[in-house]
Amino acid sequence: MELRFTPEEVAFREEVRAFIRDKLPADTRERMRLGHKPTKQDTITWQRILNAKGWAAYSWPKEHGGPGWSAIQRMIFLEENLMAPAPELLSFNITMLGPVLVEFGTEAQKRHFLPRAANLDDWWCQGFSEPGAGSDLASLRTAAVREGDHYVVNGQKIWTSTAHNADWCFCLVRTDPRAAKRQEGISFLLIDLRTPGIEVRPIISIDGSHHLNEVFFTDVRVPAENLVGEENRGWSVAKYLLGNERTGIARLGTSKAAVRRAKEVAREVRTRGRPLIEDRGFRTRVAQLEVDMKALEITQLRVVSAFAKSGGKKPDPLSSVLKIKGTELLQASSELVMDVGGPLAMPAWQQELAALANEPAPVPDWAPAMAPAYLMLRAASIYGGTNEIQKNILNKAVLGL
Amino acid sequence: MDFDLTDDQRLLTDSVTRLLADQYGFEQRKSLLKTPMGWSERLWSQYAELGLLGLPVPEEYGGFGGGPVDVMLLMQAFGRHLVLEPYLASVVLGGTAVRLAGDDAQREEILSGLAAGETKLAFAHGERQSRYDLTDVLTTATPDGGAYRLEGAKSVVLHGDCADRLVVSARTAGGRDEAEGISLFLVDAEAPGLARRGYALRDGTRAAELSLSNVPATLLGERDAALPVIERVVEAGIAATAAEVIGAMEAMQAMTLDYLKTRQQFGRPIGDNQALQHRAAEMLVAMEQGRSMAMLAAMMVEEPDAGERARNIARAKVGVGQAGRFVSQNAVQLHGGIGMTEEYAIGHFFRRVMVIEHLFGDTAYHLDRLADEVE
Repeated sequence: MELRFTPEEVAFREEVRAFIRDKLPADTRERMRLGHKPTKQDTITWQRILNAKGWAAYSWPKEHGGPGWSAIQRMIFLEENLMAPAPELLSFNITMLGPVLVEFGTEAQKRHFLPRAANLDDWWCQGFSEPGAGSDLASLRTAAVREGDHYVVNGQKIWTSTAHNADWCFCLVRTDPRAAKRQEGISFLLIDLRTPGIEVRPIISIDGSHHLNEVFFTDVRVPAENLVGEENRGWSVAKYLLGNERTGIARLGTSKAAVRRAKEVAREVRTRGRPLIEDRGFRTRVAQLEVDMKALEITQLRVVSAFAKSGGKKPDPLSSVLKIKGTELLQASSELVMDVGGPLAMPAWQQELAALANEPAPVPDWAPAMAPAYLMLRAASIYGGTNEIQKNILNKAVLGL
Repeated sequence: MDFDLTDDQRLLTDSVTRLLADQYGFEQRKSLLKTPMGWSERLWSQYAELGLLGLPVPEEYGGFGGGPVDVMLLMQAFGRHLVLEPYLASVVLGGTAVRLAGDDAQREEILSGLAAGETKLAFAHGERQSRYDLTDVLTTATPDGGAYRLEGAKSVVLHGDCADRLVVSARTAGGRDEAEGISLFLVDAEAPGLARRGYALRDGTRAAELSLSNVPATLLGERDAALPVIERVVEAGIAATAAEVIGAMEAMQAMTLDYLKTRQQFGRPIGDNQALQHRAAEMLVAMEQGRSMAMLAAMMVEEPDAGERARNIARAKVGVGQAGRFVSQNAVQLHGGIGMTEEYAIGHFFRRVMVIEHLFGDTAYHLDRLADEVE
C-alpha cells in the first residue's frame, strides 16, 4: 500500500500544470481567479486548446481520440484544471455524450459527432429532467412517435443547463407509452436545437445568472438515424451515462481553489482590529475544511484506483460518497469565501455594470463573484442525483437496506 | 499509488482474523474483563508465537521488520474485537520509544524480549497537570553515578500496571513547557521507590498512576533532547489507534445494519424507514472518510519531513475522532434502548472509541494545532 504518487505521476502533474500555466488565455485566467464563471467563449477556446493538445477527450478510448491515460492521470488532469482554476471541459460533450456514443453509437454517429464534441464544434446539453420527472426520472413523458424515417417529438424538458448556448441536445423520450414497465418505453435521441418547433426559455437562478432553461418541443421532426442504441432501450443508455466513470464528481480542485482564495482575501480584510487571517474562528474553519479535503482526496484515490482495477467497467457505489462529501465541501468552501467577503460580497453590482462603466468599482474586484458562487453551489447537492438520492443508492448498493 | 496488500499482509490479516474470531467472542472478552489483570496472558503468548509482538520490531532483534501498514492492519483487526491486551502500550508506544532512542545494547535486550513476549513495556509520559501538552513535564531526573534518580508522578499510563519495564520521561534541564531539557529513562517495574496504582479506564482497558520517589533509572537516548522521540511515539500511537477506531466502526456499522434489518416495529423492519436509512448512509460516509484518514496516518508515521508528518497525523486524529464520534453515537441511537446496556456490545465499542479520542490529544486539541498552521 502506497498513498504517494509515483515519480511518473508527479511528472505528469507538473506537465499538466505547466501546460495550463502557459496556455490558459490571460483574460480567462483573470476572470476565473476572481471567482467568476467562464464565459461561453472562454469554455470553447480552452476546450479547443486542450483538444489541439489531445487532452480534451481525456476519458475516451484512444481509438476515438482519447489520450490513453490511466485513471490516476485522469484524476490529476481534472484536479489541476479545477485548481488553476481553468474552465471545465463541457461535461455534456466529454463525460456524458462521448462515452455513450462510444458504447452505443452507430459508426456514422461516432464518426460525425465524436470529433465535433471533443472540439466543442457542437455544444451539447442534456434533456433528461421534466417538470414531473426529477429524481424519479423514469416518469418522463416527452413523447417521440415514429413517422416514416423521423420521430415526431412533443413535450417539455426543464433545468436544461446551457441549452441557450447549445447546438444539440441528447434527450430521453418516451417511444412506447404502453410498455409494461415505465423504464422500458424510453429512447435516447439526439436532437438538433435548430430544428423547427423548439423553444428555449430562460430560467434565472438565485445567483442572478442564466444557466438553466426550459425547452419546449412542438411537433419536432428528428431523423430516425439520431436514435442512440435500440428503440425503447434508452434507459440502459441513460443508466450507463449516469453510472459512467465519476472521477471528477467530487470536484475537489474547486473546493481547494476556494479555500486558497478565502485565505488570500482574509489577508486583505480586517476584523476586530487585525487581519481576518489571524482570527481564531476563521483559522479553525479553514483547518477543519483542510482536514475534510484531505480525507476526501484519499477517498477519491481509493475509488479511482478500485475503478481502474475493475477494468474500468464497474462503477463503484462508493462514488456516491464522493458526490455527497464533495458537494458538502464545495458548499462549505463557497460559504467560507462569501463570509470572508462580508458586507462587500452583498452588493449585486454586476447588474449596474453598464451604468457604472466610467466610475470606479464600488467594491474590490475580489468581491462580486463571492455571493453568486455560494448561491449557485446550493444546486450542487441537487443536480446529478440529489444527495438524498445518493444516500438511497448507498443504502441499496452497499448497506442492503 | 497502490492500495493493494502484499501477500505477507494478507496472510497476517487472515491469521489474526481467524484467531480473534475463535478466541475473542463478546462473551469471552467479557469474562476477561472480570479478571484482575483485565486481559489474557495466554493470548499474549499466542500473539508472540504468531509473531505479532515483533511485528514492527527490526529483524535483527527477532522481529518481523514490519512497517506502519502492517501495524494498521493488525490494529484494525484488534479494533473489530476490542482486544484488551497491552499491544498499544507495549509494542507500539514502548517499542517505538526503545527503537528510536535506545542504544544497541538497549535495543537488543528490550526489543528481543518484547518480540518474544518476555518483556512488556509501558510509556509513562503524561502527568496530572499536562493534559495533552507534550512539553509539560514536571517529573525530574538527577544524575546518580552513571545512572539517574527520578522524582515525580505520571498519570493515565496505559497498561502501566502490568509492564515489566517503563519508559519514563523526566526533566534533566529546563522548566515546565520548555521543549529542551526532557529526557527518557528506562525504569524497572520492581525498582525501589516506584509505586503503581492500577485501574480500568471507561472501556475496560488498564492504566495506572505512577508515583516516583528517588527511583533508579537509566537514560534512554539523548539527554535533554527527547521531545522529538516523544512526538514520534505519540504519532505512532495516533496512527495505531486510528486503525483501531476503523475496526471498531466497522463492527458497529455491521451490528447496526443487522439490527435495522431484523428489529421489527409497526409490523416492519425499522430499516424500512428512510430517516434511519439515511442515517446509516451518513455513518458509512463518515466511516469511509475516517478510513482514508487512518491510511494517511499509517503512511505518514515514517515520513521524514517532520512538519508534513505532524500536520497530516494531526489531520488524521481530527478526521478519525470526528468519524468515530459520529458513527458510535449514531450506532447507539439506531439501536435504541438496547444500545444503552452493558450487556450489549455496541456500548463497549462506543467506550473504546471515546477513550481513544481522548488519548494523544483530542479533536479540539489537534484542530487547534492545525489552526496555528493556517497560512
